[in-house]
Amino acid sequence: MGLPETVPYLEWRWDDLVFLAMAGMMLGAALFVVLGRDIIRSGLWLVLSFAGLAGIYALLGSPFMAVTQVLVYMGAISVLILFAIMITQSKSGPARLVFQRQAWAGAVAAIALVLLLVMAVLLTAWPLAGDQIVPQEARDIAMLLFDDYLFAFEVVAVLLLAAVIGGLYLARRDPDMPETNRLGGPRGSDEDSA
Amino acid sequence: MSQSLEAYLVLSVLLFGIGVFGFLARRNAIAMLMSIEIMLNAVNLAIVAFGAFTPELAAQASTIALFVVAVAAGEATVGLAIVIAIYRNRRTPLVDEYASMRE
Repeated sequence: MGLPETVPYLEWRWDDLVFLAMAGMMLGAALFVVLGRDIIRSGLWLVLSFAGLAGIYALLGSPFMAVTQVLVYMGAISVLILFAIMITQSKSGPARLVFQRQAWAGAVAAIALVLLLVMAVLLTAWPLAGDQIVPQEARDIAMLLFDDYLFAFEVVAVLLLAAVIGGLYLARRDPDMPETNRLGGPRGSDEDSA
Repeated sequence: MSQSLEAYLVLSVLLFGIGVFGFLARRNAIAMLMSIEIMLNAVNLAIVAFGAFTPELAAQASTIALFVVAVAAGEATVGLAIVIAIYRNRRTPLVDEYASMRE
């Protein structure tokens, strides 16, 4: 038993329905990330936003990128961000004010940028773009990655190694620094706010 | 709708705008890094969309997007490490209290 050609009662194509669902999930979750008051919930909404984008990659005929999105973003980077939130979370901080005082200016700038870019997208002709999706084969990606882009691939490998070493170096505890002794203890209020 | 390049590009622009607003408005350094991740995701979506609708670019786009993902992973690692290192000294993740990098 297969699905009917179009969505019942709506007469949409199934692709459109999935596109709208994934896009709505991605944008809504991203808005919750940006507007949410509780930062740990922002981190969890970020995972949902990544999931919506993975669905859109699958819809775009690029299952390789969808799997990469799930592995790297939903799996690795979100865990990294959640750990960093847990390390830097402090109850006594002034968490009530999550936005800068100039947040309205940021909103105006972001809306202006969106309008400008939407106009640019809609007014451009895109002469090379076809009118249907070309599925991307993982085999072709592998051929490119290990042939044409082999040097870039190796450079990225070295870059990731450097990033890991640099991250470890930056985040490690400095034994000479007296501040680290207070890390586990209760947070003093008078000296820290000074 | 789902078979037109413009729909995906507009979606990418909207996601990028949300990221820009978050980066400009949030006070928490980690929230700003999350906004940067959202912006990088939007750019990746645009790259993959271009590849999906242009037969000559089909595999190239995924390859370039893969490089973007790798560099973004490195950026997240170093960025979060910097935030944690500053937190060790200043005891706050809020960027408007980082007015100077030394005491």
